[in-house]
Amino acid sequence: MPKAKVYVTLKPTLLDAQGRVLQDALQSLGYETVQGVRVGKYLEIELSPNGDLHAQVEEMCRKLLANPVIENFRYEVEP
Amino acid sequence: MRAAVVVFPGSNCDADAFYALRDELGVQTDYIWHAETDLRGYDLVVIPGGFSYGDYLRCGAIARFSPVMRAVQAHADRGGFVMGICNGFQILCESGLLPGALVRNEGMKFACKPVYLRVENTQSVFTRGYQPQQVIQIPIAHGEGRYVCDEPTLQQLREENRILFRYCSPEGDLSEDWNPNGSVDFIAGVLNERGNVMGMMPHPERACNRGLGSADGCRLFESALGVLVG
Repeated sequence: MPKAKVYVTLKPTLLDAQGRVLQDALQSLGYETVQGVRVGKYLEIELSPNGDLHAQVEEMCRKLLANPVIENFRYEVEP
Repeated sequence: MRAAVVVFPGSNCDADAFYALRDELGVQTDYIWHAETDLRGYDLVVIPGGFSYGDYLRCGAIARFSPVMRAVQAHADRGGFVMGICNGFQILCESGLLPGALVRNEGMKFACKPVYLRVENTQSVFTRGYQPQQVIQIPIAHGEGRYVCDEPTLQQLREENRILFRYCSPEGDLSEDWNPNGSVDFIAGVLNERGNVMGMMPHPERACNRGLGSADGCRLFESALGVLVG
């Protein structure tokens, strides 16, 4: 069954409040190499092998899965 | 004159809005379930606060596609008044009826407290009952109320006088100390281009009776309804 893997991330220009807290937490655990953390979303979508799946997933991202005002997205479709 | 309060699964400020409109202002008000498809006959539609559809994915992202939102869009297209409060503001931004978006508070905390707002525009149908630069007190209750938009949108909002409220100090000064969520340019509420749709994170419906701490929010509903009465 084909599967889409979708990654939604906050736009780089936007402050990621969650990421900043995690950065502090990791640093306080002693991970001094941590210079920044940004939190995104990862979705797996199971698909039936009908039609242009890339076009469908692209549309799903634009319509619902990502908000273009604040987020970027990318995806892979596995056969 | 009739008002509608939209109810989604997960709305929790619908009763407050209903109370403010019917009991404080004496307006004939109905609850409208999210599966409804027709809002004809209503003058003012309030989209209340809460956690519609559990705030899954993003606040307002699922509510945006509910049947009633097509009716809200049609109502707005007809020139009807729409007020989105808190989650309602998030829904209106998600649906594109208002510009920008609302993201996680800068301090990560859910903020639930009275805040001060400066009225920036007293020409709009929603705010014409206030004095220019008047400072009012209205409570907030949100975890994702940081208003953001891109620079051209911000410029446009400023130039077209569409920022209705800014977070401020009790004296009306703008400072990050009094910005409860890190909103860009201290923005607490905005207006659409046509001037008939507004959204704000603070809860005016919770500030409609002095006995509840403040009646400053009442003027907002009165302004919109006053325009309708003529």
